[in-house]
Amino acid sequence: MEPFTNMPPGMGLDRRTLLKLGAAGSVLAGMGGIAARPAGATPVSVETTAKIVVIGAGAAGLATASRLSKRLKGATITLIDARKRHLYQPGYTLVAAGLKPQDYPISRTEQYVPAGVDWIQEAAEEIDPEAGKVVTESGKEVAYDYLVVAAGIHLDYDAIDGMEINQIGKEGLGSHYLGPEAAYATWREMSRFVELGGTAVFQRPATEMKCAGAPLKYTFLMDDRLRQQGTRANSEVIYVAHTDNLFSVPIVHEKVRMLFEDRGVDVRYSHVLREIDLGSKEAVFEAPDGVQTIKYDFINVIPPMRAAQVVRDSPLPWQDGSAWARDGWIEVDKHTMRHPRYPNVFAVGDNAGVPKGKTAASVKWQVPVAVDHLVADIAGVDSDAVYDGYTSCPLITQMGRAMLIEFDYKNNLTPSFPGVIAPLEELWITWVMKTIALKPTYIAMLRGEA
Amino acid sequence: MAGFDFAVYISVFVEMMGSLLWVLVALAVAGTAGFLFVVSREGTIHSRRLLRAELLGVLGGFAALALMAYVTISGFTDAGGPVDWLLIGIIWGVGLAGTTIVAYAIMGLVDIMLGRVPGRPARAG
Repeated sequence: MEPFTNMPPGMGLDRRTLLKLGAAGSVLAGMGGIAARPAGATPVSVETTAKIVVIGAGAAGLATASRLSKRLKGATITLIDARKRHLYQPGYTLVAAGLKPQDYPISRTEQYVPAGVDWIQEAAEEIDPEAGKVVTESGKEVAYDYLVVAAGIHLDYDAIDGMEINQIGKEGLGSHYLGPEAAYATWREMSRFVELGGTAVFQRPATEMKCAGAPLKYTFLMDDRLRQQGTRANSEVIYVAHTDNLFSVPIVHEKVRMLFEDRGVDVRYSHVLREIDLGSKEAVFEAPDGVQTIKYDFINVIPPMRAAQVVRDSPLPWQDGSAWARDGWIEVDKHTMRHPRYPNVFAVGDNAGVPKGKTAASVKWQVPVAVDHLVADIAGVDSDAVYDGYTSCPLITQMGRAMLIEFDYKNNLTPSFPGVIAPLEELWITWVMKTIALKPTYIAMLRGEA
Repeated sequence: MAGFDFAVYISVFVEMMGSLLWVLVALAVAGTAGFLFVVSREGTIHSRRLLRAELLGVLGGFAALALMAYVTISGFTDAGGPVDWLLIGIIWGVGLAGTTIVAYAIMGLVDIMLGRVPGRPARAG
């Protein structure tokens, strides 16, 4: 397969350039190639007095603010987010498996806010696209000509009866999505569990979720930890899938199914976690045959995920009565990230209602497209930048090995290094990327440099 | 756009290694310059010195693999396919070549400063 066949025009890293850069370059492929170029006729730099508001200082918001500040001279760019900590979320799985320390994902937002961007350190409380303004929690009104919404995701733990986040890290309860502290608490429980073994349960929610590969990775890592400890034989590892597959891309599902079979992971399909009894250590699932209860000694709870409250309260989400509408994902054209009802509004990152990938790799490819369309609007030209759904997942299958899974909206595999790094092969080089190259690439992305 | 692409790589490597990147770049440049200086000054490559540098280079190759194992919390025993063995070979080769060049340059500069000429081994009789 040719790489980047479906990539946005002008946005792929030229393969010959990559090959020239050689092996050192190859370790940086995990976020899906490196270079993004402004597409088509859109000028690289534009002078303007436009007012642009970016909601959210996570990966997507910061990358957007950085790219806009590089390309727009004279614009007023305002970033709205109360969070002073920036969290490198792809690191949570490594923390939860004892491979990285608790502070590995933590840095400060101010490190990445570009010069000239006005950062309002408050949460956005209201989005009014009719009036073209955002209201902050203190009541401050910020008017905009263009709005980019990157408000992130809400972890809906309340949707699971009996779940208490203050119990994470106790009595076999883990939940590594909540943050670095919860990820580390989950590691403590994992390390305690592997000493004796028992029943470990892993699941994922029935909603859209960020990094759908993480529950699988964590299952593989538990299997490996048990083997290293010599307690795998006394243990049962159960993976509970919410549908009849393990991964939305069919060819990847088949590969993971084979690997789970090889590792002796017991897979339960079409089960959705509804309730948990933390005292008796029982997880209750809704399944085709009715309610199923699984007793556990260790469980990693991944809750349903929805768009942030400020987005759900706004007119921006899909209005078609679908599950996406119910969970508040923002209605956008999946190829341009532009809102169809409010053309001066874009959504990028987790809160965007697009079919694939809520990952840093998705952000890496969505942001340059949205920015290019916004800059083209200001310049009065058309952009031909297109996002094809590309995302990637370094799917860890054991300590020291991972598969570099890259795919698009069509469920096509889109390997960056065909014939060199096979997408469905468990490789050390992919693990090397995950452990040492991804975070620097991510940080460079926040700065608008990758 | 190749220049831009390369700039992106540089920014990623700066994030990865911080100031250590520039130390390594400086070491590579200084080592290569020192090697070229020694060769041009002496007008030849001394085989005994080169052999000693290469022996150190072999150790340097293994040191590079050990460093990689440390920073990736894994090692070459995790190799799962041909590209992994290629990567291992590249890491070892870079360690070998880098150490050999730097070691040859240092030994050559020491010899030049001390006015020694590494000749053939003294023969008995």
